[in-house]
Amino acid sequence: MKDKIAEKLLLVIAFSAIGSLLLITFFIFQQGIPLIFKIGLGNFFSMHWSPTRGQFGILSMIIGSLMVTVGALVVGIPFGLACAIYLAEFSSKMVQKTLKPIIELLAGIPSVVYGFIGIVILVPFIRTHFGGPGFSVLASSIILGIMILPTIVSISYDSLIAVPNTYREGSYALGATKWQTVVKLLIPAARSGIVASIILGMGRAIGETMAVIMVAGNALKIPHSILDSVRTLTSTIALELGYATGDHRAALFACGAFLFIIITILNIIAIRVTGRRE
Amino acid sequence: MRYLAIVCIFLLTTCSQRKGSIIIAGSTSIQPFIERVAERFTEENPGIQVNVQGGGSTAGIQATLNNTCHIGASSRNLKVSERGLKTYLMAVDGIAVIVHKDNLIDDLTIEQIQGIFSGIYEDWSEFGCTKGKIIPVTREEGSGTRGAFEDMIMGDQVISDACLVQDSNGAVREIIATTQQGIGYISVGLVDEREKALAIDGVEPTLANLITCRYGFTRPFLLLLLEEPTGEVKKFIEFVLSKEGQDILKSDGLISATEISND
Repeated sequence: MKDKIAEKLLLVIAFSAIGSLLLITFFIFQQGIPLIFKIGLGNFFSMHWSPTRGQFGILSMIIGSLMVTVGALVVGIPFGLACAIYLAEFSSKMVQKTLKPIIELLAGIPSVVYGFIGIVILVPFIRTHFGGPGFSVLASSIILGIMILPTIVSISYDSLIAVPNTYREGSYALGATKWQTVVKLLIPAARSGIVASIILGMGRAIGETMAVIMVAGNALKIPHSILDSVRTLTSTIALELGYATGDHRAALFACGAFLFIIITILNIIAIRVTGRRE
Repeated sequence: MRYLAIVCIFLLTTCSQRKGSIIIAGSTSIQPFIERVAERFTEENPGIQVNVQGGGSTAGIQATLNNTCHIGASSRNLKVSERGLKTYLMAVDGIAVIVHKDNLIDDLTIEQIQGIFSGIYEDWSEFGCTKGKIIPVTREEGSGTRGAFEDMIMGDQVISDACLVQDSNGAVREIIATTQQGIGYISVGLVDEREKALAIDGVEPTLANLITCRYGFTRPFLLLLLEEPTGEVKKFIEFVLSKEGQDILKSDGLISATEISND
């Protein structure tokens, strides 16, 4: 009897989680999509964003989001991958047991703290050493690159560890060095997991808001260099939602809907890529 | 049974707290000032809680019209479509154009400020200062302070997309205070010693100039009500307009409503 009740209870809870997800999805699209039809796709994907004057072009923000995300990957992938390979193949059990939890702890730091560190240390550093306002694509990329490290490291690590030991032994038996084994055998064998970790990291970078608002400067102009300020889609929503009414508010929901679609696509790709391994 | 009693007591206490609470919503420019007045008000009237929420002038006006807050706060005059509310002028706020304290500039004309924010001037050397790219900082689209700045200073000029955008007075001030080449605009009352408020067309935003309206870049801070105030709300409005309430606002750098109307 108790079992039955517990089962039903869990079922209800599980479905309420899915239900709230569906409600959120429905709400975002219901609020945002009508505006896109009203103003037309041409206006929505144009260059100029000035919602109080009836211009709803999000192109500069799409480019901004892309630049920052690519920047984050440029920072995050080499460090993340190197860290995962070291942890999985070269380090002792002791090092593994201390380093991995520490890296995973990075994921638990609130993004506002990253942003604050960015403002206090990174932005002035960039301003004095490289010029420009300091609030820049570069600052956002570095902060986001650090923020996606835990995702990249832990998933890549898991997929490297999952490569059967017989592979390694076979490789050594053929006379390959440890480095050759890693590059020629383990990385290709763990490829799907590594790609998935990158895609999930990318999803996090696109969706990140608070830290980016604090260090990106949020200028609407499309940046000409990595030292220029940049505005992402998520920052626009968070910056302007407080005051927005009417079409302006709907436009922010439309941005949200657009982001939702991009992140869903990324997640589907990630699931497909990892799925192929099994 | 005992649990039930505890729950009842809890509910009763929360309900009784509810009874004596005033909800104020609206302009984020007014929020920090009204919070300070509310603090003192609660000290003197311990039974009454004042809950101050932001959201922006437009949201505050809407909330007052929908009766979802007791008092609305607006840092702009009401539009024709929003008329019909009871308004109380709480104070007057000036908008100051600020630069880093080490900036050599003390005075700019309106045209020069327009030129900086619309992207015509890009380097401080154009104003006889040491070379350095001007970094203008503006507020986000929809903000009341931005609206006031656009109306009073920019005129028909459009703020350039190249300006940095921050979402509060405090964030703008923080950037200007730490950026030598920065220029931005915030409430006069919030300017501190780390940045410098510029004179516009030769008139400094001093208290005297604000009161006599020589410095004309001011906006009203309005409290809005759906109908004649009663009970606690009335008490609060009276407190804000009293000498004590006005003195708090004055000490925070606003111009008292009474001073303006006396002139």
